Amino acid sequence: MAQLFPKWTNKIPVFLIAGVLATLVTVTFGFWYFGSPKYLEVGYRPKQPVPYSHKLHAGDLGMDCRYCHVGVEKSAHASVPPTSTCMNCHSQVQARSEKLLVVRESYATNKPIEWVKVHKVPDFAYFNHSVHVNAGVGCKSCHGNVAQMDERGVMQMEPLSMGWCLDCHRNPEPHLRPKSEITNMDWVAPANQKEFAAKLIAEKKIKPPVDCGACHR
Amino acid sequence: MKRILIAILGASAMAAGCARGLPKDEPPIRLLQNMYRQEKFKAQSENPFFADGSAMRLPVAGTVARGYLRDDVAFYEGKTKEGDTIRYAPIDITMETMLRGQERYNIYCSPCHSRVGDGKGIVVERGYTPAPTYHDNRLRNVPDGHIFLVITNGWRNMPSYRNQISVEDRWAIVAYIRALQRSQNATLADVPENMRRELQIKQ
Repeated sequence: MAQLFPKWTNKIPVFLIAGVLATLVTVTFGFWYFGSPKYLEVGYRPKQPVPYSHKLHAGDLGMDCRYCHVGVEKSAHASVPPTSTCMNCHSQVQARSEKLLVVRESYATNKPIEWVKVHKVPDFAYFNHSVHVNAGVGCKSCHGNVAQMDERGVMQMEPLSMGWCLDCHRNPEPHLRPKSEITNMDWVAPANQKEFAAKLIAEKKIKPPVDCGACHR
Repeated sequence: MKRILIAILGASAMAAGCARGLPKDEPPIRLLQNMYRQEKFKAQSENPFFADGSAMRLPVAGTVARGYLRDDVAFYEGKTKEGDTIRYAPIDITMETMLRGQERYNIYCSPCHSRVGDGKGIVVERGYTPAPTYHDNRLRNVPDGHIFLVITNGWRNMPSYRNQISVEDRWAIVAYIRALQRSQNATLADVPENMRRELQIKQ
C-alpha cells in the first residue's frame, strides 16, 4: 500500500512547535517592550502653543522653577503660570517678538493660552506635588532635567507608572535632597547620601505609603 | 549562520527605530483605559459650562471664606489704622523669617534686582528697564510698608507680585531686603568682635 502521507509531513510537528514557540516569544517580548509605559509614555513631547524654552529660562537665565510654578510647595498642583507671569518680563523683554504673539494676544484678550499637559497620572490616582517637594524629592526626580529642554517643548522622561511610583515609595533614599536644593537641576547626591537620607527620614518622619488607598482613593 | 546574523542585524535595526524613550508628538497610548479618564474637572482644566470656560472658580464676590478674613490692616495692607504706610514690618523677625525671605527673594526678586540688590539682574541685562539699587539713601529710609506695597501692587516698571508671593512671604522678603541694605552699607564696627577675624581672612 502506498504511503498515505508523504515523508515531509514528519516535520510538521517540529515546525508547529517551533512556530508556536517563536510566536509566543515574539508576542511576550513585544508586549514587555512596547506595551510598557517605559515605551508608551516616556518621550511624549507635544507641540505647545508657544515655543517656550525651559532651557533658556530655567537653564541659561537661572530662574527658579517656583517663579512660575507657584503652587508646587503648597498645593497638589504645581500650576501652569497665568499669562500675566510671562508678561512680568515680556512686557519689555522681547516685547515685539513674533514667537510671543500668542502670549500678548492672550494678555490683551484675557483668554488663557491652552497648554498641552505632558505629565499625566490617571484620574484614579491622586498625586500631590506639595507633599513630595516638602519631603525633599527634587523636581528632577520625576521631570528629568527640565533646564535642558529647549523650545521643542517639555518631554516626559519617566514612565509615571504604578511600579515606578512604588519603586521610590518603597525606597525613597536615593531621591531625597535638602529642601534648599529642590529645584536645582545640577544637584548630585553627595557621598554621604545614605546618612543624609536616613537623617531626613527620621527628622521629617518620612514614611511613603504603599497601601492602595494612598493614591487610589 | 549568515542568515541568522542578517536576521539579528535586521531586528536590532528595527528595534533602534522604535526604541524606548524617543521623542514623540502623539499622546501616549494607554493599554488599560478603565476609568483612566473620568468625567470630572481637574485643576486648570476647561469647563464650557461657565462663561469664562474655566473649571476653577473664584469665590463669589463679596464673600469671605472662614479663616480668610483679612481685617489686619497692618499685616495685609502695610498701613497703620490712620492710613499711613507702616514703618516697621508687623511680624516677628526670627532667623527662620530671614532665611525664608532670602529664599523667596532669590526666587522672585533676584531675576531683576540681582542677588545683592544692586538692580543688575539677568532680566535687566536682557533689556528690562533697570531696577534701582537698594543701596542708596532714598531706599534705605523708606518705611518697611513701602517695600511691602511695592511688592504687592507694583511700582513704575515693576509689576505686581501679589499673585506669586503670599503676604507672609512678602514681609519676610522685606526683612531680607533690610538685611541686604545693612550688609552693603556696613563698617567693620558693625561686625561683632568675635567675627572680625573671620572677615579679615576672607578678604
